[in-house]
Amino acid sequence: MVRKALNTIYTMWLREMLRFWRSKSRIIGSLATPFFFLIILGAGFSSSFQLPGGGRFDKSYLAPGLIGMAILFSSLMGGVSIIWDREFGFLKEILIAPVSRFFVALGKAVGGVTTSMIQGVLIMIIARLIGIEYTSIPGVLASIPVMFISGIGFIGLGIALASKIDSHEGFQMVMSFLTMPLVLLSGAFFPITNLPAWLRVLVYANPLTYGVEALRFCLLGSSPISIYVSIGVLLLFAFAMIGLGGKMFEKMRV
Amino acid sequence: MLYAIETEGITKKFDEITAVNNVSISVEPGELFGLLGPNGAGKTTLISMLSTMIEPSGGRARVWDFDVIKDASSVRQNIGVVFQDTTLDDRLTGRENLDLHGRLYGLDGKTRKKRINEVLSLVELSERADAIVRTYSGGMMRRLEIARGLMHHPHVLFLDEPTLGLDPQTRNHIWEYIKILNKEEGVTIVLTTHYMEEADHLCGRIAIIDHGEIVALDTPTALKSALGGDVIILEIEKPDEIARLCDIYSRNGCANIISKKGNEVFITVENGEHQIPHILNLASSAGISILSVNLRKPTLDDVFLHHTGRAIRDKEVSEVERVGYIIRSRRK
Repeated sequence: MVRKALNTIYTMWLREMLRFWRSKSRIIGSLATPFFFLIILGAGFSSSFQLPGGGRFDKSYLAPGLIGMAILFSSLMGGVSIIWDREFGFLKEILIAPVSRFFVALGKAVGGVTTSMIQGVLIMIIARLIGIEYTSIPGVLASIPVMFISGIGFIGLGIALASKIDSHEGFQMVMSFLTMPLVLLSGAFFPITNLPAWLRVLVYANPLTYGVEALRFCLLGSSPISIYVSIGVLLLFAFAMIGLGGKMFEKMRV
Repeated sequence: MLYAIETEGITKKFDEITAVNNVSISVEPGELFGLLGPNGAGKTTLISMLSTMIEPSGGRARVWDFDVIKDASSVRQNIGVVFQDTTLDDRLTGRENLDLHGRLYGLDGKTRKKRINEVLSLVELSERADAIVRTYSGGMMRRLEIARGLMHHPHVLFLDEPTLGLDPQTRNHIWEYIKILNKEEGVTIVLTTHYMEEADHLCGRIAIIDHGEIVALDTPTALKSALGGDVIILEIEKPDEIARLCDIYSRNGCANIISKKGNEVFITVENGEHQIPHILNLASSAGISILSVNLRKPTLDDVFLHHTGRAIRDKEVSEVERVGYIIRSRRK
């Protein structure tokens, strides 16, 4: 039973990895956005802004935000890619197999998160290469599991959405209505202390905020949100979303 | 176990439409069984229920002695399915597609490797196995799909329109694989088709399905001989005289079955060659002019026409479908 479940998860993971490997050019493309943000926004911001408390607001501050954003994009995409599987038929091959759909969804999630983590780590490396200093090696290592749990949450959300959306058009809409607000309402591009009350509520209700702040804590050594709170919220979000995604996928019609 | 597949009054309703209505069939192990019917007759819905893709709204069905609802997982382990549209991952290679399939069905590494080579050589794809599926032709994709359906040694293989949209040469190839599978590997095969030649050429028994119901079920030979002999086709000059002509023939008792379509009358008789003069005489003495006469041995087309009152043949439609299939398989 357990072996069968693990086998299903591994098979779906393997498929994602094979596909990932085949789309190397897409990966490079996906790194372009964060790269330009880092260089241009970083330079632009640091010339005019200061962080509350006096630190310089520059590319180092942006790096965890951009990693968080990349994780969000690629995880949501990973989950929503089930729409493509349905459109191009492969979903039927999976659904007809004598395996549990829940573990299929889980495998898909783990696969998608792996690709997200690879992208996150690549951005981390690029950021280091353009001169961003991380506080400690254990911090850098700890950021990887943070990427994993944030990614799992968003991919679960993506799977849940994909199980309900039945067209490309619907997908486009969800992506624009979901990703932009999530990114803008997180601490990715601005410090979340001293915000107006209405914005503060939205920012604190956004799971990505905790992902970004946890990364900021790991990589830069400080964050306005306690790392325990961040990790707690992320874990809760991950479990809730993967449970929801798995359940919705089980009920999905082809 | 008596039957590979057994259904009792299986029914599927979609809102207002009854796609499959009260179908009871039994397929013995080792049979090559055909479901023949026009597009929209309910063939795909029927095999979707048998392959656990959709749940029946009523009735019961067992596949390889497992109930399709209560024991869907066991059914799945014992069947292979080749769907009408491609279900391959076209970003991966042929071999990778087969390997993932083997893993999902719990085959260990050594078995997978061996079986991949077996099924690839059966469908003659060994040389292209490591190419990305996107670069395959429609026929190659179909062959790969058949190969994949066989990876886990299924007892029953469902083929939904296996040669839809393929050129005649590829079609012949696929027919050969299907025969080999059935004869040499003993796989029970259920295929749907709306190609008469395909059903006639391949299937041991055929169920003719129309509007969700089985209208006839027998061996191709029996179905054809039940029509009662040869078919004479008369083309009439004035279509409004058709009814009168049919009436004359049936009163004279010179035919077993009379049916009409457009401006043609189909008459089934024994010893057609000897009956033609008599039939023509009857027409000319009634003053009905006949443009042409054609005599042939009955085909499944005639069987279908006889049972449903309609012809199944739709060559132009199948061209459109062919293009449709290619577009769907290439779209990305």
